[in-house]
Amino acid sequence: MADYTTSELMVSRAAKELKNGDVVFVGIGVPSLAVNLAYRMHAPGICMIYESGAVGCVPKRLPISIGDPCLVTGSLAVVPMLDVFNLYLQRGLIDVGFLGGAQVDRYGNINSTVIGDYRRPKVRLPGSGGACEIATLAKRVVITIANSKRTLPDRVDFITSPGYLRGGRERESLGLSGGPELVITDMGVYRFDPKTREMVLISIHPGVTLQTVKENIGWDVRVVKDLTETPPPTAEEIRIIRRELDPQGIFLKSKAG
Amino acid sequence: MTMKDAIARFVRDGDLVVMEGFTHLIPFAAGHEIIRQHRRDLTLARLTPDLIYDQLIFAGCVRKMIFSWAGNPGVGPLHAFRRAVEQGKPGPLEIEEYTHFGMVLRFMAGASNLPFLPTRNYPGTDLTEVNPRFKKVHSPYSDEDLWCVPALNPDVTIVHAQRADADGNTQVWGLYGVQKEAAFASRRVIVTVEEIVEPAVIRSDPNRTLIPGTIVSAVVREPFGAHPSFVQGAYDRDNDFYMRWDAISRDEATFQTYLDEWVYGLPDRAAYREKMAARFSELQADRQLCAPVNYGF
Repeated sequence: MADYTTSELMVSRAAKELKNGDVVFVGIGVPSLAVNLAYRMHAPGICMIYESGAVGCVPKRLPISIGDPCLVTGSLAVVPMLDVFNLYLQRGLIDVGFLGGAQVDRYGNINSTVIGDYRRPKVRLPGSGGACEIATLAKRVVITIANSKRTLPDRVDFITSPGYLRGGRERESLGLSGGPELVITDMGVYRFDPKTREMVLISIHPGVTLQTVKENIGWDVRVVKDLTETPPPTAEEIRIIRRELDPQGIFLKSKAG
Repeated sequence: MTMKDAIARFVRDGDLVVMEGFTHLIPFAAGHEIIRQHRRDLTLARLTPDLIYDQLIFAGCVRKMIFSWAGNPGVGPLHAFRRAVEQGKPGPLEIEEYTHFGMVLRFMAGASNLPFLPTRNYPGTDLTEVNPRFKKVHSPYSDEDLWCVPALNPDVTIVHAQRADADGNTQVWGLYGVQKEAAFASRRVIVTVEEIVEPAVIRSDPNRTLIPGTIVSAVVREPFGAHPSFVQGAYDRDNDFYMRWDAISRDEATFQTYLDEWVYGLPDRAAYREKMAARFSELQADRQLCAPVNYGF
């Protein structure tokens, strides 16, 4: 087994999804690490926007919250949150939004509100924050989540942030464009079928079997014919993640080797 | 005005209270004084309730919360909030839930003296199913439906800032959050600041004034009034405290011990500053001045 963790592989894979020049709405954790990795590798022209109002950030340390003071220092602009949502997001300026959640279902709908009934929740989660509007209004959405029957059920308990709803053209019929593009888990990577809008497995991570993936998802998931192995992070990517992005191991605690 | 007087005079039992600040400039000192003065039956609104509202909930000050993201950023859940919603402890907590965009629009509608504002957000989410205050309208200018959120007009809004003059002309730099919209939406406004400055200082840089004195009811000088939140250019966010808070608040006994030691056990923020002196010197911000601009004509 090579010297990298699954989280580092997820960060590396998510970074590859970003193009130079993309305007990216960044969240904390894997998304933040992925965007900062892409910025240092192949996409120096990326524009990072945090919902706290910092635009064109160049964080000198790993931001632990989306409102970290290091996002302000040296940024291109700091704007009121009203502007972030009205002028940047609703206006259509955001190319990519990164989202996570407690549950994601086969059509890419995300739950970050409750497990169980809304009025009598088993577990009360934090809620939408800016996730619903990012899922609704960003051009592309990349989701990161753990791969298990609990986190990838057939249907989420609550749709906080809409994906393709019940599939097919339902999202478009409500006047929404965009939608989730990619789901990256600790076992593999999924895209969405252009017709049915179902999640389809396109690659599995090194050392993971197809059977393991199928045992850890809440429906009979489809697999592409030319299933590939997810490329592991390069030595340079691992160096940047460990030395520059998260030297204290705040988000990526379980380092291999 | 002292914090004690400002809270006694302008925050009343049963009020709809807003203490804003998105990660930055959260008015913790004011929140602690509300707990000390045993305000009851409050409706609290805020995008991210953060530790401050978790403490107010635990202390029994809160009847209802209006919010969009209830967690400890980058760390985990808000334990008092979860206990209240899942188990009704220390009492039932009514919730009214939006998203960040929805909350921002609610403040803007309230600030603009409008009944509501529309958005392209919300098709497909279940949030509109569980909160009947989301309403759909048909656009009078185009053939499409839009979801709307109602105006939010607090009884009192409290904001913390870098500086203000004695009339309450308040200047902020760094993250703005929704403080301007919340203040303009509110019947009363309390401003707490790191520093009270001469009007000439404010007038030397008028573009930085976020809140005008005309809507401000009280100005309180309260250095380190936002800790463990931060003030750009003054002190860093106390991330260690935010991380330690998870263990403190997970257990009701340690939560109570914290409030006893740091809120009920202290007369005011001056005592908190003294008790926290060593930590404060570690959190002092570096100096990074901007290029000067010319306001001449």
